Amino acid sequence: MLTHNQLRQGSRVEIDGLPWIIVGADFVKPGKGQAFTKIRIKNLIDGRVIERTFKSSETVAKADVIDTEMQYLYSDGEFWHFMDPGSCDQVALTSVQVGDAISWLKEQEGYQVTLWKGKAIAVQAPQFVILTITQCEPGVKGDTVSGATKPAVLETGATVKVPLFVNEGERIRVDTRTGDYVERAK
Amino acid sequence: MESATSWQPVATWWRLQRRAELLARIRAFFQQRGVVEVETPLLLPAMAPELHQDPMVCAEGYLQGSPETAMKRLLAAGAGAIYQMGRAFRAGEVGRLHNPEFTILEWYRPGWRVAELQREVEALLLSIVALPSKGLCCSTAGEAKLLTYGEAMQRFAGVDPWDDSLTQLQQKCRESAAEGELLPLAGLERQELLDWLLLQHVEPALRAEGGMVFLTDFPPTAAAMAEIDPGPPPVAKRFELYVNGVELANGYQELRDAQELRHRFQEVNRQRQRLGKKTLPIDELFLQAMEAGLPVCAGVALGVDRLLMLAVQTESIQEVMAFPERSMAMGDTRSID
Repeated sequence: MLTHNQLRQGSRVEIDGLPWIIVGADFVKPGKGQAFTKIRIKNLIDGRVIERTFKSSETVAKADVIDTEMQYLYSDGEFWHFMDPGSCDQVALTSVQVGDAISWLKEQEGYQVTLWKGKAIAVQAPQFVILTITQCEPGVKGDTVSGATKPAVLETGATVKVPLFVNEGERIRVDTRTGDYVERAK
Repeated sequence: MESATSWQPVATWWRLQRRAELLARIRAFFQQRGVVEVETPLLLPAMAPELHQDPMVCAEGYLQGSPETAMKRLLAAGAGAIYQMGRAFRAGEVGRLHNPEFTILEWYRPGWRVAELQREVEALLLSIVALPSKGLCCSTAGEAKLLTYGEAMQRFAGVDPWDDSLTQLQQKCRESAAEGELLPLAGLERQELLDWLLLQHVEPALRAEGGMVFLTDFPPTAAAMAEIDPGPPPVAKRFELYVNGVELANGYQELRDAQELRHRFQEVNRQRQRLGKKTLPIDELFLQAMEAGLPVCAGVALGVDRLLMLAVQTESIQEVMAFPERSMAMGDTRSID
């Protein structure tokens, strides 16, 4: 159980039988009055965000959630399949569960899969991924300072903005939190 | 994750210099008015128990939640006008406006009524920080607005704190919850529902209006150590000062009846027990002093860190402290698994 001091951004809690991640928390108390903890929580299964208020003397259950590294195998269009490289157990997630990570999924690469009571419910890409550009306009040699960009399609299908000097076929590092180009990969 | 820069102070050096300046200005204000600075122990064997305040426990006793009982012993001994500025501790209070260890300014004015003290609080603030002043449609005393607790709850939360039934209050809480917000209403008692409505409606309204507002005349259930005017309706002669929606000070027409004080402390301990909280040792020397006689007086406690927040315009109390409680730095995303 978590006490009000442990209800912090990033903590994962079980409320109404469902797993949530805390996206905002504050302790509020009128002078001499009852203290409350207000939390904004995001459902780990469907992504909806709600607020919950507790008397700060109450405790909240910790969600039975673990993150584990898994290898992305393939998608059959309906499900996205991942494998635990240790046990070779496979799990399947829907597009909703895969969420934003869908832009960065490359076969054989490792991703963080969230298991709730042993069932896969979400996927997170590493903060930085290295992907090959499959399509973009030819590079402009020497232009490393103008700051101008052009769209580039990556092997995963995602489109990112890259500097003009970058070429098709090159591997680049992308920040998955922002979707921004970082640098050319060696 | 702890990073290599975790040892750094949270407040900027500029803000810490403003803190020093603020403390100096407060001391100058009281010196000019002949109010004497006193020091009393931080470490206490007993206290004036409160229902919603848990003391910090240490091996030798308790760290003070406020210097109230010791300062009143000085007043009973004939001290005259006194103030104290120092550290106070409240276990578990961590948030945007709370740090478990903070700087408290508390002062007492023998012979004064609470309205006079409100004017002095206002004068102190005006001498220290420039404040925006907007009209809150109430009677005014100088720059600050006066608003009774009852008026505020009626106007902003749509409830009558004295006459509405528990069911009516619960209904209002349910209606006014944010979309998707769920409240464990069943477990909440009358005063707790009122506390929630105050946080949900009154504080945001005061924030929107801006400026100084004295909330006065609280329900007897929220009297703490204030005198009660029998009415009708009966009201506690207590005030809370809000500045730009931030609660800054709490003052009383001090209750002087030793028997009534003992009764209130015992009642607090009974309620604490019922809620599964530890009962707290009552300060008997304080009660002896009250029996010997506390002069008619008004007293107030003010949060100095929050005053500094207003003066330098920060959003959180942590930003004006060199070293706030580490675990609660704003934006902290450390996992506690």
